[in-house]
Amino acid sequence: MAKPILYSYWRSSCSWRVRIALSLKNIDYEYRPIDLFSEESKVSIFQFTLRIPRFCQNDPEFVKHNPAKKVPTLVINGLSLTESLAIIEYLDEAFPDPPFLPKELDQRAYSRAIALHIVSSIQPLQAISIHKMLNEKEKRYGDFWCNHFVNRGFKALEELLIKYSGKYCVGNQLTIADINLPSIIYNAKIYNVDMTQYPTIVRIGETLNEHPKFKPAHPDLQPDAPKTTKADM
Amino acid sequence: MSKPILYSSWSSSCSSRVRIALALKKIDYEYHAVNLRTDEEQKDFALNNPAKKVPILKINGLTLTESMSIIEYLDEVYPNPPLLPKDPEARAHARAIAFHISSNIQPLQNLAICRKLEEIQKGYGIQWCHDVICRGFDALEQLLKLYSGRFCVGDRITIADLVLPSIVYNATEKYNVDMGPYPIISRIAAELGGIPEFEAAHPSRQPDAPKN
Repeated sequence: MAKPILYSYWRSSCSWRVRIALSLKNIDYEYRPIDLFSEESKVSIFQFTLRIPRFCQNDPEFVKHNPAKKVPTLVINGLSLTESLAIIEYLDEAFPDPPFLPKELDQRAYSRAIALHIVSSIQPLQAISIHKMLNEKEKRYGDFWCNHFVNRGFKALEELLIKYSGKYCVGNQLTIADINLPSIIYNAKIYNVDMTQYPTIVRIGETLNEHPKFKPAHPDLQPDAPKTTKADM
Repeated sequence: MSKPILYSSWSSSCSSRVRIALALKKIDYEYHAVNLRTDEEQKDFALNNPAKKVPILKINGLTLTESMSIIEYLDEVYPNPPLLPKDPEARAHARAIAFHISSNIQPLQNLAICRKLEEIQKGYGIQWCHDVICRGFDALEQLLKLYSGRFCVGDRITIADLVLPSIVYNATEKYNVDMGPYPIISRIAAELGGIPEFEAAHPSRQPDAPKN
């Protein structure tokens, strides 16, 4: 298999999920950062020892793989795949170990339901672009909006986890639900959500943060994450 | 096995996806119109789904939530007709299109969102929902250009086709979206509209739909 390519943005929640999935499946890949806020492709110095290209959304190579110009886009096995959950299900089918879904049909359904609750009911309402748009419309409204919808989603998520969780979101096996959790917790803190209301979410989040396969996927560790380097000083 | 029960609301896009799936799988079910007028009804609803959303499907002793998860469960337990292609690539594209609609477009243009944004400025909510759909449809048309045949992915109905009709309904009936730039979306929606199982799941055909 040629080395897969992941088009990603360091802070993109959807990209983070796929990074976790690739890490869990022990799949080595080439990281191509897409700058979500730039007009032209440019080469930038991220670290003084490392020079990697940074692509913009209109880059022809990227657009060829995803005309919708969104991250994450995974180029793997000759395919160009989009939508994080679809990518994760593909990876689970193509590379069965370790599995992302339990064998039991009900547990599978609950794992997917929790993942989808995060992906459809929380994530889209507090995405970076939405936050920005609403703050531009009315000062601080984006902050209020994102805090409100993360709280709304977390109230439900906490109850779902009380019902179904063990060590992880659904029982004691790590599933597709867990892959979706870290990024929304990270964003919740950005939007000043009081996490003391959600002890089960916090507990599982902390368990996942310590998982050796989750750590490398963290936004702050990505090549395009802003950092203060010698080159910047 | 006792008859499955579907908690649904006539106008809910997420409920319509599951109604279509049940019809395609020829699963007879009891329609429980969600009506949250009393405290007891609200309590019962929240017990069945902490997220307090339709649809909820009670089937085989299980209480299932999230339309896309329900559809995947139905497809695993009742494999005929299949809602996902056998080919891994086509499966990925079918899910990608379904999730693009269900995660990127649908959640940002539902009634609750529209109402909330109308509080900032009258007309802003409607404009927002219109624009969300247009942005989403711009990307969707590109995806369909790559992968569609008679239906969203190739020539057989997949999970993507279950998600399409309701967002097109909202676009045309609620938010006045000009469908001129989206010929493939329009063609497939029209094709699906003529299929009996899709017709039966239409909002206007549900027991709790307003009579007018």
